[in-house]
Amino acid sequence: MKPAPAHAVLRVINPGALATLQDRGRMGYQRYGVPQSGAIDTLTFAVACMLVGNELDEAAIEFTLTGGSYVLESGRCRAAVAGAFAVALNGTTVPSYRAFDLRAGDMLRIGSSPVGHGGARGYLAVAGGFDVAPVLGSRSTHVRSGIGGLDGAALRKDARLRLRTPQAQSGPPLALDPRLARHDPGPIRVLPGPQDDAFAAAGWEVFLGESWRMSPHSDRMGMRLEGARVPHKSDYNIVSDGVPHGAVQVPGDGQPIVMLADRQSTGGYPKIATVISADLPRLGQFRPGDALRFARVAIDEAETAARELAARIELLRSALRPAGILV
Amino acid sequence: MNADKRRANATPAHRILQAGDQALVVEFGDAIDARLNRLVQALDRRVGKAAIEGVIECVPTYRSLMIVYDPLSIGSAALRRRVEKLVPTSAEAEAPSRRWTIPVAYGGALGLDLEDVARAHGLSGDEVIALHSGAEYRVYMIGFSPGLAYLGGLPEPLHTPRRTSPRLRVPASSVAIGGIQAAVFSVEIPSGWHLLGRTPERLFDLRRTQPFLLGAGDRVLFRPISAAEYDRLAALTERGEVVAECEAGA
Repeated sequence: MKPAPAHAVLRVINPGALATLQDRGRMGYQRYGVPQSGAIDTLTFAVACMLVGNELDEAAIEFTLTGGSYVLESGRCRAAVAGAFAVALNGTTVPSYRAFDLRAGDMLRIGSSPVGHGGARGYLAVAGGFDVAPVLGSRSTHVRSGIGGLDGAALRKDARLRLRTPQAQSGPPLALDPRLARHDPGPIRVLPGPQDDAFAAAGWEVFLGESWRMSPHSDRMGMRLEGARVPHKSDYNIVSDGVPHGAVQVPGDGQPIVMLADRQSTGGYPKIATVISADLPRLGQFRPGDALRFARVAIDEAETAARELAARIELLRSALRPAGILV
Repeated sequence: MNADKRRANATPAHRILQAGDQALVVEFGDAIDARLNRLVQALDRRVGKAAIEGVIECVPTYRSLMIVYDPLSIGSAALRRRVEKLVPTSAEAEAPSRRWTIPVAYGGALGLDLEDVARAHGLSGDEVIALHSGAEYRVYMIGFSPGLAYLGGLPEPLHTPRRTSPRLRVPASSVAIGGIQAAVFSVEIPSGWHLLGRTPERLFDLRRTQPFLLGAGDRVLFRPISAAEYDRLAALTERGEVVAECEAGA
């Protein structure tokens, strides 16, 4: 009998600005006040999963602005980074969007995004996934609630992540042409509502006409925007109701906040519009200071865009190539 | 307020609002009102029972139901048609709901604002306790943080505007009032509500098979207990036990 292979363990040397385990999110518990959570840029997240042969409901490390560094303490594993970030394995550059194999002692360093590429979030996936127990059906971390991920917290220095053994035999490492994974440019598309009637024409003019800057006080809960003031028709407090993913709520100061994956399930500010599902992943790549605009669309366009995004992810799967073929 | 009351007592009108391409919101009004809340919860049960393909979850709140769906499985127009048929048109007989009796240690270090609230209303601390524990409440919604229960039914003499400066940290299991509402907090949060006491019960504990104690529509009674009883019961909940009593709805 062969001895059981040593469990692969990845140790965090430096988690960067914020690194958390995320999957597609926690579904079905918002009625109990539990936020959805999950990867903010689900497109880039999906690519990281596919590069190491994981299902799209597996968890990956989501890192923010800088990737940090990791060492494989024991065992071996296949890993990949998706997102426009500089990656080095034992000091040698490895392109992102390209899987590689790690052996015990190997050091992985993920830097920041090359200038001009605008990457804000990247994903580190390992074949087989991280060996943490799902909480309420998901491995996603919600730091404020202390739920999911590794002990309900963001990854800290010296945290040790056990990896599960991949089910499938691994072939040659896969790679993807990074150009295929780029987000579309252009304004962020929104559907009016649910409280579009809390704003008069003047409010809509400012919201759609002005350019917004992402505030450094943004986080996984909400993307805070700075710019002109969106006036309310009258009151800016409503009786608390459900907060949909991508809702653009406008508090009393008139500065919109786009509600992201970690948003609370209910809230009491009027929501002028909601970002369409196909544009939610794009929000994950904005950095503090970046400018954005909103464009109003109709439900048909939103639904077409949702189908196109799903089709695009399937297309990316078929565009994966053995790493040697891409230079 | 009067306008809201009138609307709530009239035949309920509802609106179905688009909330992005992944959610619809069915809104029955814009007030905090038991009748509107009953309609929300009736629709919640009906949508749950209908098991519509593509519906992921529903979030019942005071006066509206958010229906979260997968736009790849069902379109907005089709879902609207399905939901429209499920909207209750009148206050139907309410489904039996659970009735909880939750122990609370009032005042002192566990209820920092009890005396202030009493003074604000010209009452004694004991009178506030008698009023607060003498009413039956209804869980209007669970929201904001895991397991936090917003309750309707606070007796009018205890209606109290929120604190002018919110506290940055309010302990889990605080029993609080704010405006016309009452609540039991589940995890430590910032809050401007007045703290009357604390329950040794935990509204959210992942170690239990049912991590969430309360659900929207449940009824709640509070039972005053001594500090010594609080300590005894807290030792039990520390081990993952439930100390609140529950009667199944009749």
